[in-house]
Amino acid sequence: MAENLPLVNVQIDGVWHQFPKGTRVIEACAQVGVYIPRYCYHPKLSSPGNCRMCLIEMGLPRMGPDRKFELGADGKPVINWMPRPQICCAQDVAEGIGVRTSSPVVEECRRGVMEFLLINHPLDCPICDQAGECRLQEFSVDYGRADSRFLENKVKKPKRVQIGPRVTLDDERCILCSRCIRFCQEIAKDDVLGFTERGGHTILTAHPDKPLENNYSLNTVDICPVGALTSSHFRFEMRVWFLKETKSICTSCATGCNTLVGSREDVVYRQTPRENVAVNSVWMCDYGRLNFEYLTSPERLLEPEVFSGNKLQPSDWKTVISHTAWQLRHFTGWDIAIVASGRMTNEELWLTARLAQQLNVSLIDIIPRKGEGDDILLSQDRNPNTNGAKIILGLEGKTGTNLTAIAASVAEGRTKALVVLGEDPTQFGITIEQLKRLPSFITMNILRNTATAHATSVLPSAAYAEKRGSMINGRGRLQRLNRAVRPPGQAREDWEILRDLLQELTGSNGLGSIEDVFRQMAESIPPLAGLSLSKIGDLGVKIMATPENTNTPLPPGEPTDEEIFERPPLHASK
Amino acid sequence: MAITVPRPKLTWSERLYLPAIAAGMAITLRHLKDMLLGRTRVTMQYPEQKWDAQLPEHYRGAPALVKDEAGRIRCVACQLCEFICPPRAIKIEPGEIPAKDRFSKVEKYPREFDIDMIRCIFCGMCEEVCPEQAIFLRKDYAITGLTRAEMVHNKEKLLEIGGVIHGVVLKWNEKK
Repeated sequence: MAENLPLVNVQIDGVWHQFPKGTRVIEACAQVGVYIPRYCYHPKLSSPGNCRMCLIEMGLPRMGPDRKFELGADGKPVINWMPRPQICCAQDVAEGIGVRTSSPVVEECRRGVMEFLLINHPLDCPICDQAGECRLQEFSVDYGRADSRFLENKVKKPKRVQIGPRVTLDDERCILCSRCIRFCQEIAKDDVLGFTERGGHTILTAHPDKPLENNYSLNTVDICPVGALTSSHFRFEMRVWFLKETKSICTSCATGCNTLVGSREDVVYRQTPRENVAVNSVWMCDYGRLNFEYLTSPERLLEPEVFSGNKLQPSDWKTVISHTAWQLRHFTGWDIAIVASGRMTNEELWLTARLAQQLNVSLIDIIPRKGEGDDILLSQDRNPNTNGAKIILGLEGKTGTNLTAIAASVAEGRTKALVVLGEDPTQFGITIEQLKRLPSFITMNILRNTATAHATSVLPSAAYAEKRGSMINGRGRLQRLNRAVRPPGQAREDWEILRDLLQELTGSNGLGSIEDVFRQMAESIPPLAGLSLSKIGDLGVKIMATPENTNTPLPPGEPTDEEIFERPPLHASK
Repeated sequence: MAITVPRPKLTWSERLYLPAIAAGMAITLRHLKDMLLGRTRVTMQYPEQKWDAQLPEHYRGAPALVKDEAGRIRCVACQLCEFICPPRAIKIEPGEIPAKDRFSKVEKYPREFDIDMIRCIFCGMCEEVCPEQAIFLRKDYAITGLTRAEMVHNKEKLLEIGGVIHGVVLKWNEKK
């Protein structure tokens, strides 16, 4: 690992710095605050050095006849500057080298490279989805020309090509950086992209028989420095400068990839991955990325409903909460069964546990949710918070073991009140007929399902982008959800509904905000001791050892949890 | 710091006020004479009379969308005007031009384009920011309506006000 490597002295813009051996010069410059313009270089991919944008002036230390560095008046090596510029993305630091990042030669090189890149580029920024986050636009401001000296006709290339079910390609915008090709080879392990034709006619193409359809295809859109690859889903939906980006996590599987939720005026338009080397590196899968359509589904529950006058009818929150509490007061212990969800946050699960404790319920479980995983990011466990449910609800070992007992108890009529939070009870063997016979069936959910119509209380709740809270991912990392948009209609954040229900049953409990809930939860749940919502931070906190049987993969090309843990502070070994 | 403003020293005739009254009366009588001779041109009888012909070239009236010489709506729904609009009067819903269309090279067009004329402050930022020369402030100033909904100009209304303008944006030509 890098921290064990010796440090070397490098002069950057006249100042000497130390970096661990193996650091790329472009990264070394970034560490001292000099951002070198680049297109083809990506820190998580290999460096082909083909865009030539990162040219710098470099020099090697002058050697004496004794093969030792000649030292100058300041006691530092004298540098022999090379007459031609070098690319710094494929160059590692070495002892005594010097770098000039903004000399007249370097600036002239960048202006030249920019002019060449823009020769065949269609200046269609007004219709390009990349506009606003386009490197070509940014560096064109720094090094571009106001007018073009190119008098010939531009080369025509294919436009609006569907190279996969989720990715649209515009070859005229492509600057041939090959990031997408390298991503498919090195990270997605699905080598379907490549350059064909020659010279100025070179184009990016997908293999004729193999479209870009792997589950990581939309990452190519993220890393494309220009607007050549754009998301078919997000195409022409919203300009990026309108989007409010909320730091959150993906809740589509147990990996919990860190994300930015892009929303405008209470509508989510896209999700993009956010760097976290311990969870998802800088990638995320297409399945999780596009799994937000249900937020605006016509099946959303918008009003609390209660069974009165022989039918389920809309009501206000106060009435529904007090009626729900009134239903629950009729029963205790074995009369009640609670089915929670592995998609609930820790705070919600803890309030559920408090509710179960208050009502003396021991029939409680979550529904396990399995799917096909891979060894890149996608976990087989599609519940984002299985570990949280295990710790907080006290479920030992496997989840879902009580479900058969709950189904049997409902079938035999021993269970009088069934509380289902964020799940569909027909998924584990309870029939609609049985639900109709239940004296009390309370359900809290985001979307309407087949069972909702037979409930005695319907509590509309918030989806992951509409609420705050925390979850524990498959590798034991506590991470935070943030609210990007407001819940629609009268739907409320789940923890508020559960808090009100608990308050109705037990009287005031001093839980005014989600921070209060976390504080009380941290006092009673040992792994969370000493933490608060704000202490979790944007990148999360590892709070438990990675479970032995976890099926949540490590992000590709990143150090393991243990290596991250044991890494000493930077420069500690100096 | 206090400044002492010196009082003007009035002459003997000025202190008498009579010459000033006489001068004022002379102006009044001149107006009376003009009126009796029918030569007064002080008040324009709006709206029977309008001054549209005298509007200066740079006059900023209602914003409107224009078409180019080929009949294409110049707007490509880049939403820069929506972004720059200080009172947030503009609302655009972009759409995709089908691949078989005559103007398929442009790819994008405004499916909906609404300007709320209650909000519009006629500042002209939308015209200034437009990279496509698609939105212009025309000389229409009498924007009235009986409801709020009537005061929202939709795409059809905006195109009706705008008409056709021959511009210099040539980048969507096939040859360019």
